[in-house]
Amino acid sequence: MNLLVLVKHVPDTETRVKVKPDGLGLDLADANWVMNPYDEFAVEEALQLKEKLGGEVTVLTAGSKESEKTLRTALAMGADKAILCDDPAFEGGDALTTARVLAAAARKVPFDLILAGKHGVGDDNQQVGSLVAELLGIPAVTVVTGLEVNGAELTLKREIEGGTEVVAVKTPAVVTCQKGLNEPRYPSLKGIMAAKKKEVAAWKAADLGLDPSTVGAAGAAFELKKFELPPPRPAGKILAGELPDQVRELVKLLREEAKAI
Amino acid sequence: MKVLVFVEQRGGKVKKASLEALSAGRRIADGTSGSLAAVLLGQGVGALASEAARYGADAVYVGDDALFAAYSADAYGLAAGKAAQVFGADALLFAGTAMGKDLAPRVTARLGVGLLSDVTAFTLDGGTPVFTRPIYAGKAFATLVPKAGKPFGVTLRPNVFPVEEKAGAGQVVSLDHGVTPGDLKAVVQEILTAQGGLLDVAEANIIVSGGRGMKGPENFKILEELAQALGGAVGASRAAVDSGWIDHSHQVGQTGKVVSPTLYIACGISGAIQHLAGMSSSKVIVAINKDPEAPIFKVATYGIVGDLFEVVPLLTQAVRELKAAG
Repeated sequence: MNLLVLVKHVPDTETRVKVKPDGLGLDLADANWVMNPYDEFAVEEALQLKEKLGGEVTVLTAGSKESEKTLRTALAMGADKAILCDDPAFEGGDALTTARVLAAAARKVPFDLILAGKHGVGDDNQQVGSLVAELLGIPAVTVVTGLEVNGAELTLKREIEGGTEVVAVKTPAVVTCQKGLNEPRYPSLKGIMAAKKKEVAAWKAADLGLDPSTVGAAGAAFELKKFELPPPRPAGKILAGELPDQVRELVKLLREEAKAI
Repeated sequence: MKVLVFVEQRGGKVKKASLEALSAGRRIADGTSGSLAAVLLGQGVGALASEAARYGADAVYVGDDALFAAYSADAYGLAAGKAAQVFGADALLFAGTAMGKDLAPRVTARLGVGLLSDVTAFTLDGGTPVFTRPIYAGKAFATLVPKAGKPFGVTLRPNVFPVEEKAGAGQVVSLDHGVTPGDLKAVVQEILTAQGGLLDVAEANIIVSGGRGMKGPENFKILEELAQALGGAVGASRAAVDSGWIDHSHQVGQTGKVVSPTLYIACGISGAIQHLAGMSSSKVIVAINKDPEAPIFKVATYGIVGDLFEVVPLLTQAVRELKAAG
C-alpha cells in the first residue's frame, strides 16, 4: 500500500504569539518550529501500514524552505520520500489554495491512501484533508482514532460529540488523524543519519501546472484586516476564609453575580 | 446577501448549534438586505422544516431520503452543494460541530469557494460581514472580510452566538438533490455512544475539568458528580490525558478541544499556556488549586486556594442543595 502523508511545519504549542505593530502580521521569531503534532499520528500510521503491507511512504508539504525540517523529521522516522512545494506564488494563501497545491502534487504521486493530521495547530482550520479529498474526487474520513485495513477496505473510527462513528471506505481515500490513533515513534539515531542522505524533491507552481491566480494570496478568498491579542480578562476574586464558607460564597457569586448556574 | 445555513439534525432533533447558525444567518441576511435559506437533510425530517422557519429561514430546502438516513460527507456534501447552487447562495453557514467541520470543506471545495473556520464574532460593515476567528487556539484573533463579489463559507463556533426566534417565510422546497447510492463512498456503519452518555465538552455550557492535581483516574469520579449536579461535562488537561487517566475526547487545550462555555471550573489545573488557550474565552472561570501562584488564577473569575479533594465534594453538595431549593 502506497501512502502519501500531508505534513505541516508549525510553531509548537508552547509558543507565545505576538502581533506585529502594524497588526497585519504575527511575530513568531521566538517560536520553536516542529512537525504539526497531529501529523505525527499520520506519519506513524503510514509507517505502521507500510511495515504490515509493504509499499512506500511519501511525505508532502507546501511551505517555505524551513519546512524541509519537518520533512526531514518524517524521513528520520522512516518515510521513504519527501516533496516540498515551495514557490513565491504560494505565499499568503489559505486552506483552499494550499489544498490546490497539495492536490496537484498528489496527482503526480502514486498513492492508495492519503493521511494527514486532523488539523494544523496555529491556523486551526481543520480543512485541508477534506479539501484535498474533494479536489481529487475521493472520500475523506476525518478525526480518526482507529484504523483497520482489510485489502482495499478500511474500517475507521472517528470522533463525534459524545461518541464514535464507525465508517467503512475503500481506497483511494483521505484519512485525517486524531490523538489516540497511535503512539508516534521518535526518530532513531540511525534514522536521523539516513534522513540526511535522502533527497527532498522541490516542486514549483509550474511543475504542478497550477494557474498562479488560484494559489497564494491571489487565490485566497478572504482579506485580512488585522490580528489582535485576546482582551485581558478582568481581575478575578480570590476567596478567603474557611473552605466551607468559601464554597458557600462561590455558589452565591455564581448564582447572583455571574448568573452562571 | 443570500445566506444558506446547513441545519444539522441527528436522530430527528435539530442541533442547538444549528439554531445559533440560523439566528446568525438571519442577522447577516437582514443587515445586507438579503434572504435566509436553510438546507435540511435526513430521513423523515420534513417536520423539522418549520423549526428552521421559526428561527428565520425564508426558504427551507429539504432532502428527505433514505440516502441521508446516516450522515455521509459524500451524500450531504453533494446535496448541500446543490442547494447552494439552486438558491444562489453568497454565504454558507455551518455550525462548527463534528459534522459541520467535516462537511463544510467538502461543500466549499466542491463550489470552489473559501471557508473560514471557527468564527466567534462578526459585525456588519455597510453590507459586508466582518468575521473574527481565533488562531493558535485563541492566543490571538484574526479579523477578515470576504473578497468582494466572491461567495464564501463559514463555520461558527457552537455556544457563542445567541439563539433568537424570528420567523422567516419558511417556504418548503423539496430539494432535487441528484444523489445516487453510488455517491456514498464512506459509509457510517454504526455509532458507538460514549460510556454513560455523558455530555461532550464541545457542546457543554458548563465544564468541570481536572488536571495533574487529580492524582489518578479513580478521582475523576468527584468531577463527574459535580458535572452531573451542574448539568455539565467533564474536561481534562493534557497532563491528565497524557497520564492515561481519562480519554483524549475530554481534553481541552491547543491539542484538544477549544471551548467557550458559560462556566469552566478548573480543578487541580495549573494553567499551562496550551490549556489556557483552549478555555480562556469561557464566560466565567473558577479555579480550584492548592498553589496560589498557579497561572490559572490569572484568568479566573473566582478562585479558591485549597485542596480540590476537600473543595469539590463541598461544592457538589452546595450545588445539589441549591438545585433542590429551586
